[in-house]
Amino acid sequence: MLESAAGVLRKIGAFTINGVWRLGYASRFFLMTLFGSGTSFRRFHLTIKEIYFTGVLSLIIILVSGLFVGMVLGLQGYETLQRYGSESALGVMVALTLVRELGPVVAALLFASRAGSAMTAEIGLMKATEQISAMEMMAVDPISRVVAPRFWAGVISMPLLAAMFSATGVFGGYLIGVVMIGVDEGTFWSQMQSAVDVRDDIMNGVIKSFVFGVAVTVIALFEGYDAPPTAEGVSGATTRTVVTSSLVILALDFILTAFMFRGK
Amino acid sequence: MENLVEIRDVSFTYDKRPILKGVNMQIPKGKVVSIMGISGGGKTTLLRLIGGALKPTQGTVRVAGELTSDLDSEGMYRLRRKMGMLFQFGALFTDMSVFDNVAFQLREHTDLPEYIIRDLVLMKLNAVGLRGAADMMPSELSGGMARRVALARAIALDPVLIMYDEPFAGLDPISLGVTGNLIRELNDALGATSVVVTHDVQESLHIVDYVYFVSEGVIVAHGTPEEIRRTDKAYVHQFVHGEMDGPVPFHYPAPQYGQDVMVGGAHA
Repeated sequence: MLESAAGVLRKIGAFTINGVWRLGYASRFFLMTLFGSGTSFRRFHLTIKEIYFTGVLSLIIILVSGLFVGMVLGLQGYETLQRYGSESALGVMVALTLVRELGPVVAALLFASRAGSAMTAEIGLMKATEQISAMEMMAVDPISRVVAPRFWAGVISMPLLAAMFSATGVFGGYLIGVVMIGVDEGTFWSQMQSAVDVRDDIMNGVIKSFVFGVAVTVIALFEGYDAPPTAEGVSGATTRTVVTSSLVILALDFILTAFMFRGK
Repeated sequence: MENLVEIRDVSFTYDKRPILKGVNMQIPKGKVVSIMGISGGGKTTLLRLIGGALKPTQGTVRVAGELTSDLDSEGMYRLRRKMGMLFQFGALFTDMSVFDNVAFQLREHTDLPEYIIRDLVLMKLNAVGLRGAADMMPSELSGGMARRVALARAIALDPVLIMYDEPFAGLDPISLGVTGNLIRELNDALGATSVVVTHDVQESLHIVDYVYFVSEGVIVAHGTPEEIRRTDKAYVHQFVHGEMDGPVPFHYPAPQYGQDVMVGGAHA
């Protein structure tokens, strides 16, 4: 009985130590990426290439999802607002929901599963096939040549993707609210324009998506770089990227929202 | 003759497990030296020590006059520019064409204009017979071709030391012969020095100048290919002739056979 209790304690201890160790290792990896970022800007075409893979190729899923989320917001928003006779506020409601919350959060979740998982798998496989070791043997630092350009590509792409998600979402809300249901078009747009604040709403949304971009790409790159060089290792790392990023995005979103929109 | 690589009393321990125990080895300039032995015997570890990817637990590794254990990462990268390495399965960058793979180091380490890089890359590819494959992607190459492209990449900066990690693994007989001859010819044409880690006895005895046999972390035999063929040392004999049992046992350590398999009868 005592022995099994000790065993449980030991397992909790080992789990905690391992968790803290990995967190420290990931932080060091993050710092090394920042220090090794010179190449990403000196030879910006390396970063541009990665922006194409992470950002441009994520566009389809981001735009289609944005449109559908906006259309759902249009339907649900109208349904709720018309009970209080304030369906003219539909534009405001759709726009604020998107730029403050759903744009950054949903775009980041989609980005993690579309681009984050691809980054992890790619770097994990590069490691498994000794491409990373080969680069080190050729006196080229893989952190600055492989990791940093992908990091900056993710950080640059994320706010742009979130903005496009919100824009198509607003258009989706317009399609449902104005074109289909028949809310007055002038009210829809003018209320939106007067109620959405550039600094309070749009900038805060951009800051959020920037923070999510940093978090998702660091997690994805770290998991790939740290993956055991086997098939199970890479598949496990890919799964962890999606799970960890999703949880981190939601947790960070709560924290950021608590600071940004307190008492408003 | 001057030695390009000198390994003195090197021991290496990984996770408290001794991998190498007091290894001494000299690799003279201009020679092709092979390190042979069964898998897991410490061959690749030796290669990694020479390449500076690992540092010895004890002893010294001197490459081109520099002690690898004294070098910081900057110094290590400087030394590695004089080295080329061929990895077991080539380790080509899969997102780049054959041309870009070979051009990689030239673009990273030199400021040469693109038209000179183009000529240099085509010369290296021509040396391995694959100038015509410059525009192909690594996924379109056969195993033997990939190995040759990786070889062209390894010699892109005209290294003084070329290292080969199992260059013959998984090759058909023709590719095997081609790769073996290339190792010899490129070494002599470039005036380089080569270290070949392999367990392919027949191919490597044809092309190398000197052989070291490594088993369980120690050097059990060394000599010229002629001396190795004539040796009466039991381990080398078993290895060269591919015998099933000998100093390297067929059976993994296990309890007595009788105790293990007749247990059912004892219960009856």
